[in-house]
Amino acid sequence: MPHPFAVLRSQEGTLSVLSLEGYLDAHTAPQFERAIQGEIDAGRVQLIVDGAQLRYISSAGLGVFMSFIEEIREKGGDIKICGLAPKVRQIFDILGFHAIYDMVDTRAAAAMRFAQAPSREG
Amino acid sequence: MASIEQKFTLHVPSSTQNLAIIREFVTNVGVQAGLGEDDVAKLELAVDEACTNVIEHAHGGDITKDVVVRATFDEKMLRIEVVDSGAGFDPARIPEEDVERLVAQRRSGGLGLRVMRSLMDEVSYEIVPGNTNRLRMTKRLRKD
Repeated sequence: MPHPFAVLRSQEGTLSVLSLEGYLDAHTAPQFERAIQGEIDAGRVQLIVDGAQLRYISSAGLGVFMSFIEEIREKGGDIKICGLAPKVRQIFDILGFHAIYDMVDTRAAAAMRFAQAPSREG
Repeated sequence: MASIEQKFTLHVPSSTQNLAIIREFVTNVGVQAGLGEDDVAKLELAVDEACTNVIEHAHGGDITKDVVVRATFDEKMLRIEVVDSGAGFDPARIPEEDVERLVAQRRSGGLGLRVMRSLMDEVSYEIVPGNTNRLRMTKRLRKD
């Protein structure tokens, strides 16, 4: 596969960290969807999505963030996004994601946001 | 030499698996047309969005159909045509809603067109019932 994608999961205290690597498009979005669904099913709704290794995202990938955020917030959790490269961040900004999601530079900053505001209104 | 129009065409089976091939094709065309790194990335994403719409909506996941991407450029303009043989899926007919509203309704549709319009200079769609449909996008080329 010329444009691979992977989701790596780790745990930092009560926070789940999903690290995205490679190319997130309509072909790979279901993989990311399953990863988030797995966290919700396990009752883990405080999610940090670390996009430092994400090289590419299309609206299919952004759609995954959108389709889960309400359910996660209703359960008292949130998705906080960190580490996006400027090229990737630009796409989030075009669609106005900064109004809906906390987007910060580092994983530590994302963890800090959870300490300050575990959930947030959309 | 600079005024000669150059044409490139890619045919691939209609599957999201081929989005990577489509992106590499259009990236190479963008570089050859003289676009900067930033504009090549925009072109790559806009064409991905157009082809994803064709694969998932116009062709409804039917891998026996082909997605055709035609790229043409001269010294002034890069034109992309994405051709499908589906029922005619005009992305412009999808209402452009606020992202907040889509989130509230747990929907994620209609983002692709917004991305295409943001990244390209012009986006238009031509439906030819029973035949082929064409989404056209243009990007003006800056020459230093």
